[in-house]
Amino acid sequence: MTTTERPERSVPKPVFTDAEAGAREFPDSGASARRYNYYKPAKRKQTHYEDVTVDVQPDPRHYLSQGWIYGFADGSAGYPLTWTKLKAWGVDRPDPERFPGSGGKGYEWPAHGWHEFRDPNEEWELTFYRYNANVVRQVNQNIENARNSKAFEQWTPNWIQFVERNVGAWMHIEHILGLYVFAACNRSGPTNMHNTAMAVNSMHKIRFAQDLALYNLTLTEEIDGFDGTAHLDAWNNDPEWQGVRKVCEAITAVDDDWGESIFAANVVFEPLLGELFRSQLVMQAAAGNGDFVTPTVMGAAEFDFAQRDLRWTQACFGPLTQDKEFAQHNKDLMQGWLRNWVPQAIEAARTLQPIWSLPDAKPPRFEDSLDRAKSRFAGILTDLGLEAPKELNQ
Amino acid sequence: MSRQSLAKAHQKIQELAWEPQYHEPYMKYGTDYTFRKAAKKDPLKQVLRSYFPMQEEKDHRVYGASDGAIRGNMFRQVQERWLEWQKLFLSIIPLPEVSAARSMPMLFHVVPNPELHNGQAIQMIDEVRHSTIQQNLKRLYMNNYIDPAGFNNSLRNFQSDYCGTIGRQFAEGFITGDAITAASIYLTIVAETAFTNTLFVAMPAEAAANGDYLLPTVFHSVQSDESRHISNGYATLLMALSDEDNRQLLERDLRYAWWNNHRVVDAAIGTFIEYGTKDRRKDRESYAEMWRRWIYDDYYRAYLVPLEKYGLVIPHDLIEESWKQIWEKGYVHEVAQFFATGWLANYWRIDAMTDDDFEWFEYKYPGWYDKYGKWWENYSRLAKPNGHNPIVFEDVDYVYPARCWVCMVPCLVREDMVTAEVDGQHRTYCHEVCRWTDVEAFRPTYQGRETPNMGRLVGKREWETLYHGWNWADVVSDMGFVRDDGKTMTAQPHLDLDPKKMWTLDHMRRCPPLQSPNVLFNEMNDAERAAYVADYNRQGPAGRPAPSSA
Repeated sequence: MTTTERPERSVPKPVFTDAEAGAREFPDSGASARRYNYYKPAKRKQTHYEDVTVDVQPDPRHYLSQGWIYGFADGSAGYPLTWTKLKAWGVDRPDPERFPGSGGKGYEWPAHGWHEFRDPNEEWELTFYRYNANVVRQVNQNIENARNSKAFEQWTPNWIQFVERNVGAWMHIEHILGLYVFAACNRSGPTNMHNTAMAVNSMHKIRFAQDLALYNLTLTEEIDGFDGTAHLDAWNNDPEWQGVRKVCEAITAVDDDWGESIFAANVVFEPLLGELFRSQLVMQAAAGNGDFVTPTVMGAAEFDFAQRDLRWTQACFGPLTQDKEFAQHNKDLMQGWLRNWVPQAIEAARTLQPIWSLPDAKPPRFEDSLDRAKSRFAGILTDLGLEAPKELNQ
Repeated sequence: MSRQSLAKAHQKIQELAWEPQYHEPYMKYGTDYTFRKAAKKDPLKQVLRSYFPMQEEKDHRVYGASDGAIRGNMFRQVQERWLEWQKLFLSIIPLPEVSAARSMPMLFHVVPNPELHNGQAIQMIDEVRHSTIQQNLKRLYMNNYIDPAGFNNSLRNFQSDYCGTIGRQFAEGFITGDAITAASIYLTIVAETAFTNTLFVAMPAEAAANGDYLLPTVFHSVQSDESRHISNGYATLLMALSDEDNRQLLERDLRYAWWNNHRVVDAAIGTFIEYGTKDRRKDRESYAEMWRRWIYDDYYRAYLVPLEKYGLVIPHDLIEESWKQIWEKGYVHEVAQFFATGWLANYWRIDAMTDDDFEWFEYKYPGWYDKYGKWWENYSRLAKPNGHNPIVFEDVDYVYPARCWVCMVPCLVREDMVTAEVDGQHRTYCHEVCRWTDVEAFRPTYQGRETPNMGRLVGKREWETLYHGWNWADVVSDMGFVRDDGKTMTAQPHLDLDPKKMWTLDHMRRCPPLQSPNVLFNEMNDAERAAYVADYNRQGPAGRPAPSSA
């Protein structure tokens, strides 16, 4: 064997620069300079979540000396605070005026109350992917295990039809809310914290919609006679589903108010219709009908809402009813929203009632299920500092 | 993982497509484009079941590398010259990323193709990933690099700095105005498809050559998402092309988006790569060489030109002009010189060029030394305070430039500067294309056609205006670019951290007041303005005063 001499490769040479923290002492070399200092943390110590999200979306009221530089045709630019009728303290103060020699300073941090919002789930990319990757792994494993153990063979014909039509129909609701409410609103919020929370919420919904669709695909492959397209017929034509569909579509049509859209979806729709269907019907009825799998798919989404999406929603809307400047304004506004959305949701729930009687092994009575949903909803309103509207008694 | 094939799974989720039956969604964003004949498949074929674990795995690699960098004392071999420029870059980039996330809903509203919305939603959350992963990288630099100043207040600094608005176009351009112009043509067709090559591939390679392997780790991970976004843009572009009424708008938007991206990205990334590196191997590519490969060959010739057969009018002239700006007119060198001239209005330290640098520049850009060498020697000479003022106030044959009203990079190629009186104000532009952008493109009518959704150029577009007449110590204090002793400046025109060699507010106090070129330009009468422009056009290269006519 012979060796051939290669020409020397051209590569960058490592150089010892000693440019690591602590190598020298000079102004700003200390530990106290090693933290983001342009915002005040919600608690004593800055969190990792705050560091990677706070103030990435700037605000001319504190730091944006030249203002927004691109606008819409009507002249509005950036993230106008008027894109919701809700108000946080300080929002009526004018943008700092700029003119020759004005300087560039704005109001002191946080400039207005919207910047005080923090997502209690502390979601950023690392947490978000970990969480959702775990969910899809768990859901997939559950379904795969059920498939391997022939668990679907235990399903009664009625239950098969219930799942193909009604569990199937629900995927459309999650998809519409995810894409055309939560994702759609992530351009509109006043801070990066709000918009990131909405984006994360949207992906829970879109993921769950796809979980249901792909679960439906597996069932089509595993169960003889399972009609994988029946969900479309139910969604488009079953009278029971048209009430829920109407409310769901109405939320996408809210007239230019991200606050009302999110409020209608997470404060009203989810407890009164989402949890009613998922927790009070499907998850209660499945076991009696030989199905231990569907509740695990549903349960993953229920956890999304109950433990995460509702948490950020409460942290977003709750303080507004206690706002030092606009508490009454916000309460009146949200009570108005409740008067509008609650009757629609109750009517939709009652339109859905007939599906409670479809399974062979009956779930709890519809009225009991609805009472539980109403009770949960009333508790959420109390936490938000709001009152249950009289329309809840319908 | 599921045994279902991706194609089958993707086909299944198309059943989720929504046709409103009772309420049409609120249409918040508008476009002058029409999509009457359009139908296009989602090119991504991505389902979240596989997407989330894939992204999690990518995260494992990124964060594992971060941990390794700290344990392996990476910062002992990081070049300070390089890391200092990252104070600017990592201030800029999280905002464009998150703005890209925010722009996706604009497309849901105007692109009538539910199949594409799936890909747009995934792009949305990808962009949230990019923004926060980059903020996290900056946080790691702040914690572990010798000089945290500039990293620690970057999101305040960037919003008040004298070049912040240059970078901010690369964010606001995505989220305002006509939804297709902003979120599709400017963002995905030009910014992502063309210029992320230099941002996220070429620049990380330079980082690695300067001892920093974390930037490549993070940004290559980011770039692996970009290819999906490029597909989103391509699908939307083909939809737009199928309607002939859109072609006039596409031609306008490609011209605007191409030119603005060239002005902004080449200014910033060109400077980082050419003036932030210590790697002066003659066989390493210059920015011009990278640009020729990544943008001219890979984007222009391989991606854009083939679209001509579908009726897309390609701005061939502007692509050639951009190349001319970089290769013949020294655009990147002029920008780097401007950044260094105004070091005192920044929040990072800018290292002087040395003989090794001169030799490399002369090899890569023949004639460089005659144009820029003397000025950089003066920069070195004036770097440490020694009774003189910062270089901008000293006689070094440099005329402080006027700003371009559109791209907000100053008018550095002096012969190209043009002006216009718009809305009662006299404005200067770095090039005829920027003048066109303001006077013709960003208007409610374009070539006689109503364009009611087109955006507007707003804001205080010349930074110097805000501080016209101010003492420099007050300017620097107002921006907050001061270290924790209350007097030493964050910015320095050298890398020596000996406090005795660092500039302070006391040095700034004795400097002449700041003067806004635009305020002064508007104070002139017409004859004075004409003379100013005639003189300006005869200045340069390297900011030299016009030769005397005698």
